[in-house]
Amino acid sequence: MKRLLTATAFLMGTTGIAAAKGDLQLYNWGNYTSPELLEKFKAETGITVTVTDYDSNDTALAKVEAGGSGFDLVVPSANFVQIWVEKGLIDTLDLAKIPNHGNIAPEWKDVVWDMGRTHTVPWQWGTTGIAVNTAVYKGDVNTSAVFLDVPEELKGKINVVPEMNDVLSLALWYVGGEPCTEDTEMLKKARDALIAAKPDWISMDYGVTEKMSNNDWAASVNWNGSTMRVRLANPDVVYGYPKEGYPVWMDSVAVLKDAPNKDNAYAFLNFILVPENAAMISAFARYANGVAGSDAFMPEDMKTAPEVVVPEEFKAAGKFLPTCSPKAQEYYTAIWTELQK
Amino acid sequence: MTQSPAERLQIRRSARNGWWLSTPALVLLFVAAAGPLVIMLIYSFLTPGQYGNVVGVFSTDGWRGIIWSKDIFTDEYVLADAHMTIFWRSLSLSMMTTIFTFIVGFPTAWFIATRPPSQRAMWLFLITIPFWTNLLIRTYAINEVLRKEGLVNLVFLNLGIIDQPLEMLYGPFAIFVGMTYVYLPLMVLPLFAAIDRFDMKLLEAGYDLYASRMQVLRRIIMPIVKPGIIAGSILVFVPSLGAYVTPRVLGGGKQMMIGNFIELQFGQGRNWPLGAALSMALLVVVMIALLVYVRYANKDGGKHHG
Amino acid sequence: MARSSFSVARLPGFATTAVLVFFALYLPIFTLVAYSFNASQSVAVWGGFSLEWYAKAWDNQQVKDATLRSLIIAVSAALIATTVATMAALGTTRRREFKGQGFIYVMINQPLMVPEIVTAVALLILFGILKTNAAEIGGPIGYFVDTVMNKGLGFIILAHSAFCIPFAYLPIRARLEGMDLSLETAAADLYATPWQTFRRITLPLMAPGIVAGAMLAFVISLDDVVITEFVKGAGQDTLPTYMLGQLRRQLTPEINAISTMLLAVTVVLLTAFFLLTRKKD
Repeated sequence: MKRLLTATAFLMGTTGIAAAKGDLQLYNWGNYTSPELLEKFKAETGITVTVTDYDSNDTALAKVEAGGSGFDLVVPSANFVQIWVEKGLIDTLDLAKIPNHGNIAPEWKDVVWDMGRTHTVPWQWGTTGIAVNTAVYKGDVNTSAVFLDVPEELKGKINVVPEMNDVLSLALWYVGGEPCTEDTEMLKKARDALIAAKPDWISMDYGVTEKMSNNDWAASVNWNGSTMRVRLANPDVVYGYPKEGYPVWMDSVAVLKDAPNKDNAYAFLNFILVPENAAMISAFARYANGVAGSDAFMPEDMKTAPEVVVPEEFKAAGKFLPTCSPKAQEYYTAIWTELQK
Repeated sequence: MTQSPAERLQIRRSARNGWWLSTPALVLLFVAAAGPLVIMLIYSFLTPGQYGNVVGVFSTDGWRGIIWSKDIFTDEYVLADAHMTIFWRSLSLSMMTTIFTFIVGFPTAWFIATRPPSQRAMWLFLITIPFWTNLLIRTYAINEVLRKEGLVNLVFLNLGIIDQPLEMLYGPFAIFVGMTYVYLPLMVLPLFAAIDRFDMKLLEAGYDLYASRMQVLRRIIMPIVKPGIIAGSILVFVPSLGAYVTPRVLGGGKQMMIGNFIELQFGQGRNWPLGAALSMALLVVVMIALLVYVRYANKDGGKHHG
Repeated sequence: MARSSFSVARLPGFATTAVLVFFALYLPIFTLVAYSFNASQSVAVWGGFSLEWYAKAWDNQQVKDATLRSLIIAVSAALIATTVATMAALGTTRRREFKGQGFIYVMINQPLMVPEIVTAVALLILFGILKTNAAEIGGPIGYFVDTVMNKGLGFIILAHSAFCIPFAYLPIRARLEGMDLSLETAAADLYATPWQTFRRITLPLMAPGIVAGAMLAFVISLDDVVITEFVKGAGQDTLPTYMLGQLRRQLTPEINAISTMLLAVTVVLLTAFFLLTRKKD
């Protein structure tokens, strides 16, 4: 009996802990929000932001769809934004409440997946390419051949992050197709290329930043910001932009339709569109942001980093990933399952 | 042999008590464990939604997908040998883990149970401390020990046993080590609980009758601590079938287990019905195995003492 | 018992194996603790001694909240699961096998048999329905669901208690089955009531099993990632879900520092607990 009472007391007590932080609930990727940013926001507006982590777009979508989650803001990737809109989970933005909306950099304003930015506000963007330790491999790093037709020096030392959309897109571009294609010829070629290359990979895992910093891996398909961090620990590492085509990704913030603190949410959106604050976000995770004028406030090493500032000759090869049709998605998953076997 | 009315009443009362005592557990389990599975069962008969989740249209594709998969390019149904490989891999890994944790866990549990009573709590304590660390972290710690520049390789290199560091990670060996490490207390604790009650005088009697140590082990100790062995085996074998954190971190993601495969369906695979069907199938297979195992084990063991 | 050089309890190779096991168990833990003092950012390459990660972890409010939450959940879930499992163990052992006993056994072990992701998604759906309808139900039930269950950690604790039950049940049952009924029969012969017999003979005899079960349940709850990830609501990260979020970005020795601190705290607490209850021996 006593145990039961104690347990109930705990339950009651925990209500206090949870409710005290209820001013703004941000649902974001893990380790992606600058604590200083949140402190500054609190100092200016008095609103306390509580961050809850997720580690995949699918989990976030499933959780919010189930209902009653209590989040105000979510940060989906570009190719998921339309899915959220279609399912009626996010609001059309009330632009009157976001005076700083004009700060969005022109090249990020009319994106295919959110024309005119009526549903989302930029958070960070980046690219997916190949990080290579040039002490081990001195050849051309700007090609997907590094992981699809692995050179001798890298056999058994290269990792491929298990991001289905990124990896399949890179493979499709490599064999001459397009992402989200339903062309079975291209899909077959991509699948064959991947399966043939897999024995030469050491693993399909995350954690590139540590594992390349301590030389467990000599190369990996990786995101640009993470590669920059590796380079800072290990100067031999270079970030390659596959010339056959590489994905550009962007994470943006959206307001949930059943958000309990909508006004606070808009205040936050407005806040992150101020150039200095956007720079703060970038400085934390090391990815560029989509706000005009933030360059002046970016940390020195990011202003000239080849990972962050895409060199001219590679700009054209970088494209946003579209949202695949269900049929294309089926193909993707089937290939991915076969690959992971 | 007919039972007297009094005996029958006793039996009924005993059964009723059994039910009453079990009710709180059953209620809790039904609400938060078994009940939700009914939802999963329903989902296994629905159609995958466009972006995950399900659509309320009846379909048996989920179940068919367990053994047959549509060849992506020819649209015909072929035997899904990818799935078979995955099932077999998980099954053998779980069996090996169970056997190995028993081989090292039994001596450990015996050791702890035969310490002087004042020390016993401390040893028990010592064996559980590593498990107060989070699973993810422990798995990463094993990674650190097994890597090319990790402790094990360093020691071997210094002792001259090898001259090149061994790549022990990213393969079945690392997963096996990790699983054994993770599931060991689940074998040791039930074994300890059973051995702790073992009457050493029985051993004395055995030795007095000129039995060897091996005979004593096999014919006196084992049968009596059998409930502990059963408990430990179940606690290791069953959850290890659905494990996926350890295989993923230590296997480098190149070796998919049933747990990873099911998780994929609820994630990037966007095929919840298949995931649901797979787990139902897993549940059934395990239940059957469990019933067979327990029935077999209790055939000569489950006597009541006294 | 006469002290002879022939120890009845000694079995060949057992002590050696046990010692090796302890050594192997602690090896990764020592590595973990050692690297928490690493001056460099890496979790694997040593860069010198430093306490900076402890400072960082100490300042990290998110981590502190998550840890506290994890502990509250684990203690509650372990208490509930052990209590309920003890009763169930008593109800299903040492009696004539009754109809439906097999069913109870299967139900109790069922959480073990299904990969966590499945229970996680199913609970997400179930709880989601409850959460969204809490407002409509209104009244005290609606209020209860909304505050204690949703905003309080009720749903998470409920989920954890359920899957901890088999972990508590099996050691208790193993203990019970090996127990000698003669002591209890003797007590009954001496006119003790069933309740007295239970409290003063059965329960103390069962104690090692119950303790083993409670410890297992606690650890299992503390460790849970998948179910918590799906069932948690806004602002309800636990330590494991926080760490899962870190996995995709960058692992720093901060995680080692957090784990070491948690380890130290639990060791201290348990030592205190054992020392205080030692008087019985």
